[in-house]
Formats: sequence, C-alpha cells, structure tokens
Amino acid sequence: MEPASETELSEAIRGAGGPLSVRGGGTRVTWRPERGAVLSTAGLSGVRLYQPGALTLVAGAGTPLREIESVLAEKGQRLAFEPMDARALMGTGGVSTIGGVIAANVSGPRRVMAGAARDFLLGVRFVDGAGRIVKNGGRVMKNVTGYELVKLMAGSHGTLGVLTEVALKVLAVPEAEATLVFHGHDPAAARAAMAAALRSPFEVSGAAWLDAGAAGGEGETRLRIEGMAGSVAYRAGRLAGLLGSGWARVDGAESAALWREVRDVLPFAGGTGAAWRLSLRPSAAPGLLRDLAAGPAHRAMMDWGGGRIWLEIADGPSDCGADGGVAAVRGALARAGGGHATLIRAPDAIRAAVPMFQPEPPGVARLTRALRERFDPEGRLNPGLMGPAEVPA
Amino acid sequence: MDMPTPDPAVLARRPELIRRLREVLPADAVIADPAETRAYECDALTAYRCPPMAAVLPASTEEVAAALRVCHDLGVPVVPRGSGTSLAGGALPTADCVILGVARMNAVLETDYDDRFIRVETGRTNLSVTGAVEADGFFYAPDPSSQLACAIAGNIAMNSGGAHCLKYGVTTNNLLGVRMVTMAGEVLDIGGPWSDAGGLDLLGVICGSEGQLGVVTEAWLRILPKPEGARPVLMGFGSNEVAGACVRDIIEAGVLPVAIEFMDRPCIRATDDFSGAGYPDCEALLIVEVEGSDAEIDEQLAVILEIARRHEPVELRESRSAEESARIWLGRKSAFGAMGQLNDYMCLDGTIPVSELPDVLRRIGELSDRYGLKVANVFHAGDGNMHPLILFDANTPGQLELCEQMGAEILTLCVEAGGCLTGEHGVGIEKRDLMNVQYGPEDLAAQMDVKDVFDPEWLLNPAKVFPLAASEGRRRPGAGRSAA
Repeated sequence: MEPASETELSEAIRGAGGPLSVRGGGTRVTWRPERGAVLSTAGLSGVRLYQPGALTLVAGAGTPLREIESVLAEKGQRLAFEPMDARALMGTGGVSTIGGVIAANVSGPRRVMAGAARDFLLGVRFVDGAGRIVKNGGRVMKNVTGYELVKLMAGSHGTLGVLTEVALKVLAVPEAEATLVFHGHDPAAARAAMAAALRSPFEVSGAAWLDAGAAGGEGETRLRIEGMAGSVAYRAGRLAGLLGSGWARVDGAESAALWREVRDVLPFAGGTGAAWRLSLRPSAAPGLLRDLAAGPAHRAMMDWGGGRIWLEIADGPSDCGADGGVAAVRGALARAGGGHATLIRAPDAIRAAVPMFQPEPPGVARLTRALRERFDPEGRLNPGLMGPAEVPA
Repeated sequence: MDMPTPDPAVLARRPELIRRLREVLPADAVIADPAETRAYECDALTAYRCPPMAAVLPASTEEVAAALRVCHDLGVPVVPRGSGTSLAGGALPTADCVILGVARMNAVLETDYDDRFIRVETGRTNLSVTGAVEADGFFYAPDPSSQLACAIAGNIAMNSGGAHCLKYGVTTNNLLGVRMVTMAGEVLDIGGPWSDAGGLDLLGVICGSEGQLGVVTEAWLRILPKPEGARPVLMGFGSNEVAGACVRDIIEAGVLPVAIEFMDRPCIRATDDFSGAGYPDCEALLIVEVEGSDAEIDEQLAVILEIARRHEPVELRESRSAEESARIWLGRKSAFGAMGQLNDYMCLDGTIPVSELPDVLRRIGELSDRYGLKVANVFHAGDGNMHPLILFDANTPGQLELCEQMGAEILTLCVEAGGCLTGEHGVGIEKRDLMNVQYGPEDLAAQMDVKDVFDPEWLLNPAKVFPLAASEGRRRPGAGRSAA
C-alpha cells in the first residue's frame, strides 16, 4: 500500500484487516518476522516549506533524505544531527526517508555537541493505529503549548503512528572543519582524551575511537572541530596543546571522510555478525569493553566520547552462538551501570529469537505498553517490534 | 477564569486527609492552618488566587510517594509546585486540592565533569545549579529570567527556555533523566546519565507536561564547559522590517549568535528613561551576542557588522570592555522593571516564525489602537519568541478583562501567523481556553490520552492545560476514588 495523502493513509490504516509493516526506505530496520502488509510512506513526499533565514524546513515524511540534504546544501545548511546512511552496515538497498530517520531517532557523531534528531524536531503530523490524524508542535523552536508528542513520536519506530509530515530545525554548514587523530590509544586512554576534549571550551563536535582490530585493543581516536576558518585554526591549536604530543591534524574533505566512516559505522560494513548499539555513561565504556574481552569475539567503536558504543559480534557458530551475544552484551551493560543496548543488525535466526530493544523495568514497561495500546488499540502498526509480548513479572 | 467546582465529597474528607498525611510525613511538612495555606494560594499569575485544602513540603522522594499515595487513596487532587514562579497559573490551587511543594528538596546528589552531568533534587533553583558547577568552569544552559528563584522541577514541568536557548536549546534538550513519582505513588527512573531513550521517549513527553504526569523529584542535567568569553553588539534601525531582515541575513550567513534580542520603540523609550542606558532613538533595536575567544568573537562580529551596515543602521555600537557590554545589556535587562514602573502590564509569550515579525508587529499595533492599550514589544529574534507587554491599570475596573481579551487576540494572531500560543511560560490556566485555536479535537485528545496512561484518575493538576470542556469526561468526579 502506498497512500498518496494523509487521508488515504488514515483510510488504509482503518481498513487494514491485520498487521501493517510501516516502511520508509527500508534501509534501517530489518526486524524479523516482518508481519503483515507493507505500508509505504513514499507517496507522502516533498519539501513543503523551507526558510533558511528562520532555520526551518517542513517536509512530507516520505521525502528521501538525500533530497532534503541536497535542498539544504544549496543554501549552505544541513541536518546538524548527522543521520547515518545505514545501507553499508545493514546490507540494504533503498532510499532512506526523513520519516524513517525521525521514527528511529537516527543521530550521528555530532549528537555529542549539537543534539539528537529529536532535538531538531519542531513539529509532526501523524496517523495513529486507529486512523486518527494528529498534529503536535509546529514550526517554531520555542513551543511549550501542551504536551510534547513530537518527542514521543521520535524514536517510536512507527509503533504509535505513521509520521506524515515533519518540521525540522536546520543549521548552517560551517566554513571549515578539522580533526585531530591519535593512533595507539586503548579504550581507557581514548576515553580520557575524549573527556578532556569535551570538557574544554573548544566546542568539540565529534569524539570517537575505532579499534584497529589489534590484539592489544589499541585503536584510533578522532576529535572534530568545526566553525569559521580562524576559529577552527585557533581551537584546533588550543586543543592540540591541551592534549599533548602525538596527534596529527587533518582538514576539510579528509576530515569529513573520517567522520562519514564513524557516522556510517563503515568498519562493520559487509559483516554478517550481530551489530549492537549501546548508550551508556561515557566513563563506563572502557570497563564494559574490558568486561566483554572475556565474551564472544567482537570489534568495537566508541562515539560520543564513549557515550555510544558499536559492537560487532563475530559471526560463526562458536562465536556468535544462538543468541547474537545478547547475554554477554546485556550482562556487561548492567554491570557498567545501565543504559541501553539495541540490536541493530543480526542474522535472521537471531533476529527471530532476540528482541531488538533494551528490556524495560516493570513500571516503565507498563507505561509504554499502555501508550501503544492507546495509540494503536488493534495492534496494527509494526506489532511486536518494541516491547515484549507480555509484560515481564 | 473558569475552574472546576471544588468537590464537596473531597472537601468533606479534609480531616481524614490531614490525619493521614500527618501519619506519613513529619509534622512541619504538613500545612493545614488556613493562615499558612494562604501562602500557596497563587503563583506569579497573581490575578487568580485560591488557597488549597492543605500544603505538604516533603523532603525526600519517599515522602513525596507517601503523600501522593494518601491523596490517591482519598481521591484528592494534587497540584505540584516548584518555586511558584509560573506566569501561567501552573501552580494555582483549587479549594479541594493539596499543594505538593518540592522546595525542601534542593540537594546536589552527584556532579561529574568527565561525563558532563549533574544530578540534583528538583526543588533546587535554576541559578544554583550553575552555582554548583561554575567554579569548575561549567554552567547549566537553560536560563529563564526568573532563574534566581525558579526551581528545576518547574523548569522540567514547563520545558523552560531562556536567553541562551538559540544556541543551547531549552530544558528538554539538556535533560538526561528523571526520578518521578506517579500519582499512585510508584517511583520510576526514566533516562539517566546516558544519551537518548532506549525505547519510547517518555522523558521527552514528561518534560513540558506541566505537573500533570507525575512529580519529578530528581533530575540528571547536562552541564557544559563555559565558553571563553562573550560580547554583544547593539544595532539601531529605522523600521521593524529592516531589523527583521537583518536578523534573517545574519542567520543565512551561517553565524549562530548565542542571543539575538529585539526591542521596539515603545520598549526602547520606556527602558531608556528608566535605566539611563543611552539607547539610540530609533524604531527597532537589536542586541546580538556571540561567544568564543576574543579573536573568535572578532571574526563573528566582523561578519555580523558587515551585514548590519548593509541595512543602513541608525547606529552601531560595539563593546570594548566588560563595562560597555553591561551597558549594552542594561536597557534590555531592565525592560520588564521599566514597564512595571510605568504601569501594570501583562506579559505574553506567543511565538511566531521569525519571518513574520514585521507583519505581526503591525497587527499588534492595530490591536493596540483598537483597544486603547499601549503595547511594548521585546522579542527573542533568533527563535521567534515574542513578549508583547500590554500596559493597563489594574485599579480601573474592567481593564484586566480588556487586557486579557486583547492578549487572546494577539496569541490567536501568533497561531495564524504559523506560530504557537506559548514559547516559554506554558499553558497553565492562562492559555487553556485558547488551546482550541492551535489544536483540533483529535490533537487535544491524543495529548489527553497520554495523561490517561500516566494518571488515569486525573488527580495531578487536573484543571490545567486542556479546556475544561475538553477534559470534563476524563475528570469525572469520584472516578477511581475509594470510599473514605
């Protein structure tokens, strides 16, 4: 089904006899089993308003991300939350939509400074599981008129409603960028360097570490600075002075390439093992990685100064096992003080057995289940994707 | 202002309520004497007052939970209160409610500069959060102008902003997690010292829910390293249109100032008479502030001033010292005080798309002529948040009502221009009856459905946010009440 308007979408949902699988570009979420008829948002496409001088863009949820990025680039602007192109990691084709980006709250390396996708979302229109057409927010940055369903819809993966239109805050593309690079940090040393950088007044807009696959767990730490040319030169110099010797500096297109690699998790591209994405307290990251050294073989990447970890659990019956590393990962995360681990990519058999999202404590789980029941009483929208089949005892 | 009729059955349970609250809270935490409950009869929307049945001042999450359980058992509505600085009536009681104030809970629980967060009890004032970290070179960014007094609890309830929010965002963009007590007395931790929700973003809907989903007792807040410095520049222009065009051009040039403040002629005149700041005699004035090292500030200001010059300013005033910077800000910062000295005034906070400013100001001028009430305008030009100040005389009968009527027309105009009813102060009771201007019945129903999930009996601050007619079916008297 590919409704061409919000009203048609509402009718399609109302008339659905069973579960619906909501699809934007199909590039990001490949959960199994995907049940029911595919409901595509491709017909809800097009930039509806763009005011560069007000930093505002409004578009249909089915608008291709690349179309939005190109419209913005023409005016020297961009989506500052740096959403990943998931196709390399996921092994998918297709064309990512802005609705999919928002529904999955896809946020890249710059999140550490600028905020997540949901922090740039000014307004939404959506159709819920009962076919109800709802709007919330608007197109202005300061808006405290009633409840923030805008935030609730971001990251809801289509389970509360199908987004039909989004209003976004955009920002300028800065004049210059530079990245400081250090080879040979282990996770603890990397985390310390990233923390020192993020504590400084030099507005670091990216702080990541990629393992080199080396036995000693050493890898490459990257710190990004963006802004006006003079400002970047000054801040990169001050930051280098703060960090000490051994750092190389890379500018412009070369710097951008380093961050596309982080953004798109390219080191794990083409792999078939389970890929996990963790959010945790940054200072707990090295401990968690040490803890996991005793578990299934894996590769790791830290982003957000350690506040985000990507893990690729090696493929193969003896390594990945039947559980995709879920016991090891969730156990290590609990011992690291909590946060959440999301199974982003997995072989089909593991997908079928392991829930994608972090299990919720009972009180929270009751609320999220009740919200899903409110907005989707018949359980039509991506049923079973978020939340357990039954509330845990 | 319509408020629900106090429920006689609830009022009749008052003695039992007080007795049971005293069983679970220390004696000095339960305020029942009418001479003392009067202190909670209003917040900063002082035109409306109603003493509550009782007030409680718990000192811990456990005490909050115990108090809520008692009220839940007896079917007594609860109005949470931070510092009572709301301009929208968010903490206005009804005669049959209990005010639950968190002001005694103000401790700093954890500070972590490596992970860049602070955990606080939410009764702590906004400014004292920055106060706890500024010696170490950090600050907490959302800074409403009431920050000396307002509490984090209220900031979370209203999703408060402040002068810095163009660059740093508002409360919801700086909030990592909360400990919240539901009306049934369940304690939940939502979020924590990590980024983003692992599932549905409950934190995102709790922030800005005006004390209607739960009582937030603790919060994890993002703290940021202080920039090296900041400097303002003042620009006077011959018209609102030109000032608006200048703002647009600055933003399109790719500069992101930390603040862009706009004042119109009536505001400039009044504040200059009051503060002696020496503002230029002009139609519209902008104060633009940028941050960084001195050299970085110079780099940004070079771009900004070049743009300003293209608009033939009446005056451009740069700062060469901290003293000159303070002088540039002086008038703007005393704007509300200046207005207050002239007159009683009503401060609105509708938001509009930045591009609509000249048109909206013209229409406000027309309304001002029609109503015979003068208006001065202050505007956060970077994010579109307007503060029209309507001057009136509270001692003249009928003027308050006239002022409210005019205010309603201005806010309706903001919505028609593509904006919204409130950018900072929240709905409370003040804009409750205008919600239908911005939202349709399904839009409001979807929001009320969220409240149904968190507070099925509608006991938490039930008379706020939603027009009473719209929420009536959900606020059924006696619903969920157990027998006394």
